[in-house]
Amino acid sequence: MWKARNQQARTSAAGDSKFQGSSHSDLVYPHRLNFYDSPPLFDVTLEEFEECALDRLRILAEIESSAARNRTWEETKAVTVSQCFKYLPLNSTSAEKVDRDSERRKDHLGHFVLRLAFCRSEDLRRRFIKAESTLFKIRYDTDDSKERRNFLSSRDFRWIAVDDSEKAMYKEQLKAAYHGLKSESDRQSAFAADNFYKVKWTRVPDLVDRRKVFLKGGWAYVPGRELASIVFQEFEVQLDKALNVTAKSLPRLDEDTRLVPILNNLSQGFLAGVASDWSGMSSESAGDGITADMIDDMAKKHFPLCMRVMHSNLIKDHHLKHFGRLNYGLFLKALGVTVDEAIIFWRKSFMGGKVTEDRFNKEYKYNIRHSYGLEGKRANYPAKTCMQLLQGNDEYGCPYRSFTPDNLQTALLAAYTPLGLKSIDLAEIMHTKKTEHFHVGCTRIFEITHGHCGIKKGEGVGDGESVTHPNQYAARSIELEKSKEVKTEAMDVDD
Amino acid sequence: MVVPSSDIDSSSPDAMRLFYRRLYPFPSIFTWLNQQHAPTRLFTHREFAFTLPGDVYLRYNSFQNVEELKKQVCNLNPSRFEIGPMYSVRPKDRRTARPGAFFPVQRELVFDIDMTDYDPIRTCCSEAAICKRCWGFISAAVHVLDAAIRDQFGYQHLMWVYSGRRGIHLWISDKEAMELTDDERKAMVNWLTVVQGGKEPGKKVNVRIGSRALPPSLQECLQELAEVFTDLILQDQDCFATEEGYEALLMLLPVPDVVDALRAKWSADPMRSSSEKWTDLKAQIKKSSEKATLTAALEDIILQYTYPRLDAEVSKHRNHLLKAPFVVHPGTGRVCVPVDLARIDDFDPDKVPTVGQLLEELNHIEGEKEPGDHDSDWQKTSLKPYVEMLDNHVARIMNDIRKVKLENDMSW
Repeated sequence: MWKARNQQARTSAAGDSKFQGSSHSDLVYPHRLNFYDSPPLFDVTLEEFEECALDRLRILAEIESSAARNRTWEETKAVTVSQCFKYLPLNSTSAEKVDRDSERRKDHLGHFVLRLAFCRSEDLRRRFIKAESTLFKIRYDTDDSKERRNFLSSRDFRWIAVDDSEKAMYKEQLKAAYHGLKSESDRQSAFAADNFYKVKWTRVPDLVDRRKVFLKGGWAYVPGRELASIVFQEFEVQLDKALNVTAKSLPRLDEDTRLVPILNNLSQGFLAGVASDWSGMSSESAGDGITADMIDDMAKKHFPLCMRVMHSNLIKDHHLKHFGRLNYGLFLKALGVTVDEAIIFWRKSFMGGKVTEDRFNKEYKYNIRHSYGLEGKRANYPAKTCMQLLQGNDEYGCPYRSFTPDNLQTALLAAYTPLGLKSIDLAEIMHTKKTEHFHVGCTRIFEITHGHCGIKKGEGVGDGESVTHPNQYAARSIELEKSKEVKTEAMDVDD
Repeated sequence: MVVPSSDIDSSSPDAMRLFYRRLYPFPSIFTWLNQQHAPTRLFTHREFAFTLPGDVYLRYNSFQNVEELKKQVCNLNPSRFEIGPMYSVRPKDRRTARPGAFFPVQRELVFDIDMTDYDPIRTCCSEAAICKRCWGFISAAVHVLDAAIRDQFGYQHLMWVYSGRRGIHLWISDKEAMELTDDERKAMVNWLTVVQGGKEPGKKVNVRIGSRALPPSLQECLQELAEVFTDLILQDQDCFATEEGYEALLMLLPVPDVVDALRAKWSADPMRSSSEKWTDLKAQIKKSSEKATLTAALEDIILQYTYPRLDAEVSKHRNHLLKAPFVVHPGTGRVCVPVDLARIDDFDPDKVPTVGQLLEELNHIEGEKEPGDHDSDWQKTSLKPYVEMLDNHVARIMNDIRKVKLENDMSW
């Protein structure tokens, strides 16, 4: 079965093989980089379909949040490379011990699944293109230079090499590209050594914008070292076109009841700002069946401070105001609490307060069902991200931001002393509050309170990622506990 | 329909209606926008926006053909109308389109140079006023911009149109230019923007990276601009005659010693002309130890005083509306006529025909014979050379299109 599929893919790639002069012609995907010109023409299982997409989505979401967190190019690159290593490894062609084809196949498939998920609105398309092209740039940057050359020659980028006579004709203008070099002789030799390529100026708008090229008659003369600009621009243009085509043919897919829910779920996750560490988690943990009476215990062990605060207010007052219920309710939903359990949980929590059973059924049950998409608009509301909590109403937002320093210290000690927080740790947290890096403070708390699971400073919620979503915090915490339990169990058996 | 000449008031609704009915060259405007004889989407999907008296603004009008446009214009009798892009859907049907399916597709690439951007440096007039002397700034800008766009970007179908008061518009109808996206337009504007806007004084030219030489595109036009600088800034406008004028110049010099020396000299002799001051400055630079820095500053000064100042926002977005050629400027009554590049230096805004004048001319020939069709009445007035200019421009565009078509046919 696998063989047959493989062959199918082989024929689809055969068209490209004439371009490639390298010795690795036995590969279905001869290059590590991919312009995703042709769709994957092989059979995949539904699980594979979803898994490839989710793994890629993690990376794209990390790229997006890097931009949101104002990371430098080098930082973004480092984070993305480590994420890719974990979820979507893509080895260079020279790594002969690795199954490069299956890595590249996964890369290929994941890209096309996400195209389906992200072609449906202008906003999604724009964000997808931005994230994908960043990923491409990072891979291009990290590619082996020889393999990169092979890749570039495998594709027609429609650039025209500037011949020597033309180069001599515009010598003075073209040499301006080397104004950065100090001495005239350096400039001269750099100019002599470099090749120039002509493209229509609209293909390198970024270089035109910054006056980095020489323009003549609508042609931009691009020096060899700026060639990447053309490649990246081409990647974005092609992807934009392809997404528009996909969007037009998407309605035909609507009949496929297997794929549409998966695709909807994917784009929802992306829209919520931070994907899907936790959205992946929620579908699994839904099966675990978190019951109403487990929530209190979980809150003490796994919830980030914002949700801890809301939970203890609820227990204390037997009530939460509307936005508190909304934020906390959606958090619980994403955690994997089913609607029936959620109703039980809220009803129990309200008992003893002013709200009678009757009034609860009349006024509150609807809202809970609504947030699960069972009433009214029937929308699948995503849980609030840190970004949203930071921007939203103070009372139900991020306590690292809204609490006064004194109150924050008290709240932190009350919530996390049982998990190993000591008052000497607080100075550091209060410093992050002062500099307004609230997520850094939250991440640090995560590290401290999970020290017993082997989390060290700087590891964050895995791979140095910082907290961007309350559910990500909780999900990672639960995951850590589970893996610890498995370990101890294993030891028990050994004994 | 003879109107007694004393009754012609160029701003009256009747005069405007008469102008639209008998003089406005609708067929020429149609072929210019449409680029072919039979209506294409370039016309039928094109937005027209009308300004009616009392600040009523009607957007997203579109028409099947030129007759429909003329009928509507005569009906509404707008004080002016503007032209927008060709949309994906007929603008008047935009509400029936799916959300997101209504977007601009093509549009002439347009540029706008407005005299207000020159207020900090012109000495003859200010605000809305314009005279033959300020036109020097415009014609210098037009020469530079026209040459740059043709030479660097390779576009050929450029039409310059007087905006009716104190500025000039450029419409570029090349196929490639029509198809530019907003991002590409933005890149092009940034390439062509050398003098940063803003009313506050100080250095506005920052095109160098560190202390490197000017980009080649600017190096090339510097020689020409230096001549303009001598004629226009030093002699005609005498920009550095007043204390305010020369202080603005001194602000642009980065070496304090030189500034102090010059200030002492110039404040002692208030009658010193701009040319003399410029010579003083150059002499100081020769003596100075920081010759390279000052020479660069000198180049930047020439650019700041002479390089075209663009109203960038007009060019960046395809859906920006721009006043149609040949409409009447409501304030001045002047018709927005095309300007011949070869004779732009002699162009005099005061000599542009006004509605009143044109209708008067029409009155004089009226007695001779009773007119039938009004479409070509412009031929009998001083509007004629301007309409012919547009027609010739359109003929060149259509010729190009025909050539491309022919080539495509050959390839089969």
